[in-house]
Amino acid sequence: MRRLLVLGAGTAGTMVVNKLRPRLAEDEWEITIVDQDEVHHYQPGYLFIPFGDYRPEEVTKPRRRLLPDGVRLVIDEIDRVDPEAKVVRLAGGTELGYDELVIATGTTPRPEETPGLLSDEWGRSIHTFYTLEGATALRDALERFDGGRLVVHIVDYPFKCPVAPLEFTFLADAFFAERGMRDRVELVYVTPLDGAFTKPVAARHLGGMLEDRKIATETDFYVERVDPESKTLVSYDEREIPFDLLVTVPLNMGADFIARSGLGNELNYVPVDHHTFLSTEHDDIFVLGDAADLPTSKAGSVAHFEGEIFVENFLRHIEGKEMRAHFDGHANCFIESGYGKALMIDFNYETEPLPGKYPLPGVGPFSLLEETEMNHWGKLLFRWVYWNLLVTGRELPLPALMSKLGKRIEEVGP
Amino acid sequence: MATTTIAGREVHVDAEGFLTEYDEWDEELAKQLAQNIGIDLTDEHWKVIRFLREDYRTNGETPTLRRVSTVGGFPTKRLFQLFPKKPAKKMAYIAGLPKPKGCV
Repeated sequence: MRRLLVLGAGTAGTMVVNKLRPRLAEDEWEITIVDQDEVHHYQPGYLFIPFGDYRPEEVTKPRRRLLPDGVRLVIDEIDRVDPEAKVVRLAGGTELGYDELVIATGTTPRPEETPGLLSDEWGRSIHTFYTLEGATALRDALERFDGGRLVVHIVDYPFKCPVAPLEFTFLADAFFAERGMRDRVELVYVTPLDGAFTKPVAARHLGGMLEDRKIATETDFYVERVDPESKTLVSYDEREIPFDLLVTVPLNMGADFIARSGLGNELNYVPVDHHTFLSTEHDDIFVLGDAADLPTSKAGSVAHFEGEIFVENFLRHIEGKEMRAHFDGHANCFIESGYGKALMIDFNYETEPLPGKYPLPGVGPFSLLEETEMNHWGKLLFRWVYWNLLVTGRELPLPALMSKLGKRIEEVGP
Repeated sequence: MATTTIAGREVHVDAEGFLTEYDEWDEELAKQLAQNIGIDLTDEHWKVIRFLREDYRTNGETPTLRRVSTVGGFPTKRLFQLFPKKPAKKMAYIAGLPKPKGCV
C-alpha cells in the first residue's frame, strides 16, 4: 500500500484529495489529510462580514463534509516534517509515514510581528478582517463608528488575496455613503508599494478609482510600529499616520512547522518548481496554494488552477514518468467596488491584468478591469460555486492556463 | 531589451534602468549607478550590495527588503538611512539586479 499524506484541509488540500481519490485505486493508495481543526472557512467571505452582508455562519462548514469517502482526516497540529525519514510528526505524538507528501497549509496573518498591533487597542481601534473573529469584531466597530479617520493599511507583501484591502476600502466608501455619513469619514489607503496595486495597468485603473472616491493614498509606507496610545502608524523613515480606526493586513507567514522542518524561506514559504509545484529539494514533496513560494498571487483561484495541473502531473510522477503539464501562474479575482458592482482581473507570471472579457474572449459575461453589476453577481455566486463545485473537485468551465484572446494591450506611460 | 552606456560601457537595462544581465555588473559600474541616484557608497553600503549579489546568485531572485533584513542581518531602519525612501529598489538598482517583484 502506498501512502499519500496531505497537510492542510483548506482550499487546495480539500480540492486535490477530492480530485485524486477517484483516480487512485483504493487497494493501492491510502490517502490521509491532516488539519489542526474541524472547520473549513470560505475565506473570501470574510470581506463581506464587516458590512453585514454575510453572517459568520455563512462562511464555515465542517471539513469532513467536504472530503470524499476513502480519505482519512486526522485532527492535530503538525510538529514537523522529516523529509529524510519520510515521516510527519504531529503535536499529539502520532507519526504519519508517507510515500508522497503534499503541503497545503496556507498562510496566516501575524499581527505579533509588528510592534504595537496586538496592544489594548487590538479589537477596539485596531482591526483586521483576515480572520473570522477579526471580521466580526470589525463589523461591530463599523456599526459604532460615527466618523473620523479610517486607515486601511498593508504591512508587507506578499499576503493572501492581494486585492482584498482595496475591496474593503471601496466597500467602506459605499457603506458610509449609503449611511449618509461619507462626509464625516476620511478614508486613507496606506501601502508599502509605490501604487494601488502590484501590476502597472491594474494599478493605474485602481489608483484612479481611489482618486474618484476621494480616498487619500500614502505609498512606499513600510511600517515599523504602531503607537496605540497616540493611535499612529509609524514608518521606518519616520512618517506618521494618525487613525481613529485602523484596518490592517498583518504580515502573512506560512505555517511554523515549515520553519521547524527547515523547509521554508524567511516567511516560511517552501521553494518549489514554478511550473510543477514539486519541492526544489525533495522529489516526494509537492506544495500547493499559499504555502508555496511562487511569484503569483496567494489566492484561492490560483490554488484552483494549480489543482488541475497538479493532478495530471502527480499521476505521471508516481509512475516514474516525466511531468508534462506546466503551470503559468494563472490568477484571477473579482474586485468588489461598492454600489453593487465589481471589476475582475485575470493574469499570470508573464502577462499583467489587462482589459477585456472573461472567460469567453469578446463575450464575457465578465468584464476585465471594468466595473459592472455582472461581475458583482459573479462574486456573490462564487460562494455557492466554492462549496459545491470547487473544493469538492468538480470541473469548472474555466481553463487552468490564462488566455490572451480578447484582451487589449495598454501602454503604461512613464 | 534596451542598452545604455554606464561608466563607459554598454549594458542591458529595463525601461527603468535596472540592469538585466547579472554578469554585466562590476564594482566600478555600481559606483556610477549609485551616483545616478545620489548615493556615495560607504563600506556599509558595500556590505549590503554584496549580500544582494550573493543572495541573487544562489536564489535567482532579487531579495525583498524583509529578506535583506532577516537573512542578511541588516536592520530595516538602517537600510532606510543608507538607501532613503525606496531602499528595496535602490539596493537592487545599485547591485545590478532586476527590479524587485516583491509583490504579486
